[in-house]
Amino acid sequence: MESQKQVLERLRAAFRSGVTLPVHFRLTQLEAMMSLFEDNENQILEALHEDLAKPKFETVLSEIEIVVNDICYAISNLQTWMQPTYVGTNLATKLDDCFVRSEPLGVVLIIGAWNYPLHLILLPLIGAIAAGNCAILKPSEISRATEKLLAELIPKYLSQECYAVVCGGAEETKTLLENRFDHIFYTGSQSVARCILLAAAVHLTPVTLELGGKCPCLIYGRLDMKAAAKRLVWAKFFNTGQSCVAPDYVLCTTETRDALLPFIKEALESFYGSDPQQSPDLGRIVTDRHWDRLVELLKKSEGKIVIGGESDKKTKYIAPTVIVDVIESDALMQEEIFGPILPILTIKSLDEAINFVNEREKPLALYAFSDESQVVTTVLERTSSGGFCSNDGIVHMSLPGLPFGGVGASGMGNYHGRWGFETFSHKRGCMMRSWLLECVNVLRYPPYNESNLSWLRWATTAKKKGWAACSVM
Amino acid sequence: MEKQVADGLREVFQSGRSRPLQYRKQQLRALLRLITERQEDIEQALKQDLNRNTYNTSLFELISIENDIKLAESELGDWAAPRPVKKNLNSALDDVYIKPEPLGVVLIIGTWNYPWAMILQPLVGAIAAGNAAVLKPSELSEHSARLMKELLPLYLDKEMYQVVTGGVAETQELLKQRFDHIFYTGSSTVGKLVMEAAAHHLTPVTLELGGKSPCYIDKNCDIAVACRRITWGKFANCGQTCIAPDYILCEPSIQDRIVEEIQKTLLEFYQKDPKSSPDYCRIINTRHFDRVLALMNECTIALGGESDRSQCFIAPTVLKDVLPHFKIMQEEIFGPLLPIVTVNGLNEAIHFINAREKPLALYVFSSDKTVIKRMLTETSSGGVTVNDVLMHYTVDSLPFGGVGNSGMGRYHGRHTFDQLSHHRACLIKSFAMEGLNDARYPPLTAARLRKAKFFMQHRMCSCSGICVWAIIATLLAIGLLVALIVVLTVLI
Repeated sequence: MESQKQVLERLRAAFRSGVTLPVHFRLTQLEAMMSLFEDNENQILEALHEDLAKPKFETVLSEIEIVVNDICYAISNLQTWMQPTYVGTNLATKLDDCFVRSEPLGVVLIIGAWNYPLHLILLPLIGAIAAGNCAILKPSEISRATEKLLAELIPKYLSQECYAVVCGGAEETKTLLENRFDHIFYTGSQSVARCILLAAAVHLTPVTLELGGKCPCLIYGRLDMKAAAKRLVWAKFFNTGQSCVAPDYVLCTTETRDALLPFIKEALESFYGSDPQQSPDLGRIVTDRHWDRLVELLKKSEGKIVIGGESDKKTKYIAPTVIVDVIESDALMQEEIFGPILPILTIKSLDEAINFVNEREKPLALYAFSDESQVVTTVLERTSSGGFCSNDGIVHMSLPGLPFGGVGASGMGNYHGRWGFETFSHKRGCMMRSWLLECVNVLRYPPYNESNLSWLRWATTAKKKGWAACSVM
Repeated sequence: MEKQVADGLREVFQSGRSRPLQYRKQQLRALLRLITERQEDIEQALKQDLNRNTYNTSLFELISIENDIKLAESELGDWAAPRPVKKNLNSALDDVYIKPEPLGVVLIIGTWNYPWAMILQPLVGAIAAGNAAVLKPSELSEHSARLMKELLPLYLDKEMYQVVTGGVAETQELLKQRFDHIFYTGSSTVGKLVMEAAAHHLTPVTLELGGKSPCYIDKNCDIAVACRRITWGKFANCGQTCIAPDYILCEPSIQDRIVEEIQKTLLEFYQKDPKSSPDYCRIINTRHFDRVLALMNECTIALGGESDRSQCFIAPTVLKDVLPHFKIMQEEIFGPLLPIVTVNGLNEAIHFINAREKPLALYVFSSDKTVIKRMLTETSSGGVTVNDVLMHYTVDSLPFGGVGNSGMGRYHGRHTFDQLSHHRACLIKSFAMEGLNDARYPPLTAARLRKAKFFMQHRMCSCSGICVWAIIATLLAIGLLVALIVVLTVLI
């Protein structure tokens, strides 16, 4: 079996050969990725079910469809993305061609996560392939069945010269990171992200970090309670709450909370029935360790459980749980929950809610539910987050036109759609100067004088909007 | 002290004062006044720091800063406005856009070779994007650092933008604080330390580093013009430019011609005695002087070679027949020494370049389009100028930055604004069309799944941006037609 170093050297040699550069090669690889999904839907469903008891519905939408959509989007737009972009020039450079070339970086490393084990590794791969790079994929060892499936399918469908899967745990990842890559794309936790950045600094490797945090959901003012409850419940309990963009906690007034709770209960019943443990549409917690952490959080919490609270270690089941009277210092408010527990904190005013959010780290997503557009605008203007969605949750991720990424503690960089292509490209500024008019260049040469300087100043002034200058040169 | 500065700025930023566009434009105008009203003071400081000529100062620093400020001021409305993006069927009736937002408090660490441009150009973007900023000018260009510290609070909001001076210790202390972005210009060695420090707070960085920028001269080109342009770019600022052509690659048959043309040009630019030319700068200090001079060991001097430590003067020097293993080829020269390395044609030149770290800039001189195309497509570098040097830096619509060892991130013009902003993805939905959402809710049925997939698809929209509207228009048209038929039927 090849060592990590050998894999990397092989990929680097492949990249140097230029094989990934032609658009035809990239399209072929993207089409092969499509076939991977088309031919293996059942195996994918099985693997995700084994890892997370993920219901078919969720696997299809969040692991297959979202990735396939992005592949199609890339295939349709790749030729355009690859074209150089010509840019405006000033008078001194009017006879020259100025353009930006998108060029591949080289060999990139993509480290996936366990909660969406296919999506979080293959969606970045689309951008890497589209941009003409080679890539090493390091799937999470926690989602074992998907890891195994990826290790089997990637070499079967994609060029083995250019793309490889490296499996293993923390030790293997640490060794992998000692090598030099041209970009590292990591999805996961903040503590591991720091280690990745430190490893990247040794080689001056740029990174994209898709991290997490506590995504607040502000519910305020007049609203359609039933619709709000359904959307909130869907976004929270999708993948059993194990989504980096799941609404982590709710901030609302006591009145809103009391009005909302019956609708939340109704929504939960309509989704998962009266006994969610029997519903085939609710997933499970990924490992015993994660289950322990969540159950421990519930125990430590001083809030009052109003819905759910049941759990079963054997099946790693935790019921969709809503807990009220949670305050700032509660155990549930000290870390990202990443499970099917929804704390509701009460506030007296919108200002209080916004201040609460702003005192904390910038989240990956921020949600505001209100029928009053002023409320939505105020929250948007006065907070910061990776992404923002009003009156719904998670769905902003499904639009390839929107960049997906964090800010501050929730991450750096972004991807999805064209943004993935841009993330894995170097934008090279190019200028093709004319041989002509060397007499004009004289203005810049020594011996210097005031008159030349004035001419140059005039000729190099930024082109103002709407100024259609006819070049003297 | 550094902690107080960072904390203080954070508090001021959180007050929201820097967000209104009016405020940002006001600060930009104030910055413009600073460099125009105090131009003479700046020129004087640079003369003391680098023996820089006033024209050189304007040409290489002030014009770029001025242009960036004017551009930012006139385009800010556009840059800061929400940027709508393509939707899918699910979001057809929603508002979907990217909202540029300030990051918070940014740290800008400057460098000594262009002490004003390297700090103020990033500052223009920081202000335009609505951030607060700490500026840390290089202590090596001490007169400029001192002047910057004195002038900035006289023109800009001194609570929002502050200058911290000092050396390595102060910089290290600053780097321990938490910033929302660090913009560093300097060496790769220190760049790694900056990135390491940034890692502790998960702070994104822009690193404008350096490297050895190669300059390939093809035998098919106007060698005289090429050499004039190269001489200008190499010896301006005494070679202390991150994108100066570091070394020349050419075939042996044209080496002597190149030396001859450079000699002619040097005479024209700096006359017989560059030491007494008012247009020729000096090395920044004796440490760098010693470093650069030592690089000449082993080399054959074709032109120049004179030096005077008391003035930190090194004459414009060309070295011929330089071999790849010489010390001068192991590090960025950053001085007025121009080595010529001979290669047997384009293939070898490309191979030579690719065997080394990706440079900040790459130059190729040729009248043959195939040569240019191959050089562009078979190498990588931060930026490129073909048939000239340095000039890609002057076009503010081109992103300026490195790749690999030469850096990460980019700036100039709008690119600085974008670099120092957060691009927040926004989806503004209403509670309407809840019926559509039923498709995604459990319990799963085949029909629901089919519907959910259909509305998620981007496949229809990707072929044409008007597809969604075509469908809606068609549905409306059908509806109107049905209504018309009903009305006519009733009337008849």
